Amino acid sequence: MSSEYLIEVEHLKQYFPIRTGFVKTTPLKAVDDISFAIKPGETLGLVGESGCGKTTVGRTLLQLYRPTGGRVKYDGEVIFDAGDVPETDASGEVKLGSDGKPLLSKRLSVNMLPYRKKMQMVFQDPYSSLNPRMTVEDIIGEPLDVHKLYANKAERREKILNLMELVGLNAEHATRYAHEFSGGQRQRIGIARALAVDPRFIVCDEPVSALDVSIQAQVVNMFEDLQQKLGVAYLFIAHDLLVVNHISDRIAVMYLGKMMEMADSDELMNNPIHPYTQSLLSAVPLPDPKSARERQRIVLEGDVPSPLNMPSGCPFRTRCRYATEQCGAQRPALTDRGNGHMVACWNK
Amino acid sequence: MSEHLLSVKNLHTSFTTDNGQVHAVNGVSFDLDAGKVLGIVGESGSGKSVTAYSIMQILAENGSITGGSIEYKGEDITKWNRKQMSSFRGKCCSIIFQDPMTSLNPVFSIGSQLQEAILLHTDKTKAEARERSIELLKLVGVNEPAKRIKQYPFELSGGMRQRVMIAMALACEPDILIADEPTTALDVTIQAQILELMQDLQKKLGMAIIMVTHDLGVIATMCDEIIVMYGGRVCERGTADHIFYEPAHEYTKGLLRSIPNVDNAKERLVPIAGNPINLLNMPAGCAFCSRCDKAMKICLEAVPAERPVGKDHLASCWLNDLALQEKAETLTAEGIPAEKIQEQTGWKKDGNGEWVYDLASSGQGGEVTFEQ
Ligand SMILES: Nc1ncnc2c1ncn2[C@@H]1O[C@H](COP(=O)(O)OP(=O)(O)OP(=O)(O)O)[C@@H](O)[C@H]1O
Ligand SMILES: Nc1ncnc2c1ncn2[C@@H]1O[C@H](COP(=O)(O)OP(=O)(O)O)[C@@H](O)[C@H]1O
Ligand code: SF4
Ligand code: SF4
Ligand SMILES: [Mg+2]
Ligand SMILES: [Mg+2]
Repeated sequence: MSSEYLIEVEHLKQYFPIRTGFVKTTPLKAVDDISFAIKPGETLGLVGESGCGKTTVGRTLLQLYRPTGGRVKYDGEVIFDAGDVPETDASGEVKLGSDGKPLLSKRLSVNMLPYRKKMQMVFQDPYSSLNPRMTVEDIIGEPLDVHKLYANKAERREKILNLMELVGLNAEHATRYAHEFSGGQRQRIGIARALAVDPRFIVCDEPVSALDVSIQAQVVNMFEDLQQKLGVAYLFIAHDLLVVNHISDRIAVMYLGKMMEMADSDELMNNPIHPYTQSLLSAVPLPDPKSARERQRIVLEGDVPSPLNMPSGCPFRTRCRYATEQCGAQRPALTDRGNGHMVACWNK
Repeated sequence: MSEHLLSVKNLHTSFTTDNGQVHAVNGVSFDLDAGKVLGIVGESGSGKSVTAYSIMQILAENGSITGGSIEYKGEDITKWNRKQMSSFRGKCCSIIFQDPMTSLNPVFSIGSQLQEAILLHTDKTKAEARERSIELLKLVGVNEPAKRIKQYPFELSGGMRQRVMIAMALACEPDILIADEPTTALDVTIQAQILELMQDLQKKLGMAIIMVTHDLGVIATMCDEIIVMYGGRVCERGTADHIFYEPAHEYTKGLLRSIPNVDNAKERLVPIAGNPINLLNMPAGCAFCSRCDKAMKICLEAVPAERPVGKDHLASCWLNDLALQEKAETLTAEGIPAEKIQEQTGWKKDGNGEWVYDLASSGQGGEVTFEQ
């Protein structure tokens, strides 16, 4: 079975049990019913404030966490189904059971090993995600060893050198230790390691946030070049909206574990519909004095509520200036407003 | 000559380390007037924070000011004693940091910390100090201040802590507020709240702000004047419009090319080549020369002097001296005397009638030619 999409995430949920009393635990809904799909060679940007669940989406979809609910497909194949996903027929209509309620999918787990190679992750902090006592050669070689991707030592070395060239590292760096490198170079090492198994999809979790502006540009360009050359798809998680807009084909906006809006990146930046997206975009300090002077900032009141104490209905309603009674009573569904511009809001 | 609120003149600050002297600040000068917002921008390690800490004299044990002066209302505070400095900090000038937890004590309620700051610098009574701390919290937009003063720092969100720290910094109504990356650790919407708060307070209280950041967006939004630092020196200074629309130093130009364009987001980024500077291994000439694609021979040999490139806009790049050659020709054609021209442009004619640049005019002696 093949699909238009490389990765399909449906109704993904990740609840962490948090101890809130002597024996009581409360589920912290870090990711609550998130759906999106990514085409081969495409970049989906994922933005939102710290703690809104971006990293958890990435880690859960790669099954680094055991999902609470939802389903993920790789190239049309279900690679796990934690249940609870409404079943649909060929035309997309939700199937109903004899009791008139939607039919939900059953738990299913599949051997992940063949998919592990296809889906990789690159982390935010190039300082802590690499073992400082390993040489560059061994760091990049590790996944080759795990998946036994070479016939002999010479082939292993050749693969490593090719990968280093691909990310712009010199061959003479191979025997040096990770701690001898700058932040930008360490990020390149991390990416070479992710590429070692020839993935089709990489979750990039804040891969440039820890880098200086001038070095950020080098790494962003490298991500773009690799996509051109290898056709990999990215889920690009970052909080710098200008960088995300630069690199992404589409952008998804999260708030308190839920998806608020998703659209083509130009459309989202020029025509944000959701009140949260609007205020988020207007709050970005623009590196352009004229635009900065002319712009009306929408400054949100207050802080993001605690995910343990989620507002009823729309999670944004405690800070939203358009909130009405309905917003507290019922959670708005993500609906298509044309051309795949998805928005979850009752009043916009 | 009108006196500036703060005048930093040729400041040098260095640190003693196992690997030798680290010259973190190498001759930084700037003036700050009341009610202005000065931005200091530059890459990590360029000396922004060390400049700020030098003003406050809160450098690490191994660091010291090794040259230059810092004049506050005309008095050189580098000559002040401990007691004078301690009253300077707080009453004249306060600093807020990126991480509020470095200035807030986790074991005391925020009320008692605020009151202590007030009692230290004023002769208010305890009750008055309590009143004042509630007033300050209100001023920085903390809701229910009378309740909040009983809370401890860990009970507050990041944005709330930053507000409390600003309240502490304002306790004695300083003339100058130094903000070292005040919003870097905060989310965009909270950052917007804090920036707006700082702008409000600055208007209300008329204080001057020194905004230290690597975020060009924050700089463009907040600052009247900007200094760009590279390798412990000021490489360019001017208004926000100068820096963003007419950059005159190759580092500033490179910095602007390496961030996404606001109007044309998908345009490919142009990174600055090479790696950030190593202060233990500084070149003799322009600190940026190893990464600059326009570098000439002279750039490796001598430090470029700061030259005006427009009204209130200065840059330290040899290309600007090269450009002055044209001006020298024009002035010659206008019949201006040679000494005058040399004084203004640094250029003179040698025996063969060739233009040569007189390094003495940049205070370094000798003559040079501009070869690639
Ligand atoms: N106590 C110290 N001992 C030795 N070197 C120091 C010390 N403090 C600072 N330095 C060095 O001084 C230089 C300038 O540091 P500074 O903190 O001013 O940089 P910055 O421009 O504020 O950078 P950032 O953007 O990372 O905050 C750096 O090379 C730093 O390593
Ligand atoms: N392993 C975990 N156990 C409990 N809570 C977690 C865990 N990982 C993340 N969380 C919580 O889930 C929420 C989302 O976190 P995260 O996905 O890291 O956010 P982001 O990446 O958007 O900053 C946060 O409230 C966080 O504290
Ligand atoms: S659903 Fe209501 S509260 Fe939520 S964003 Fe829309 S208007 Fe605001
Ligand atoms: S002085 Fe020379 S090296 Fe420095 S920025 Fe100008 S051209 Fe480049
Ligand atoms: Mg994260
Ligand atoms: Mg600093």
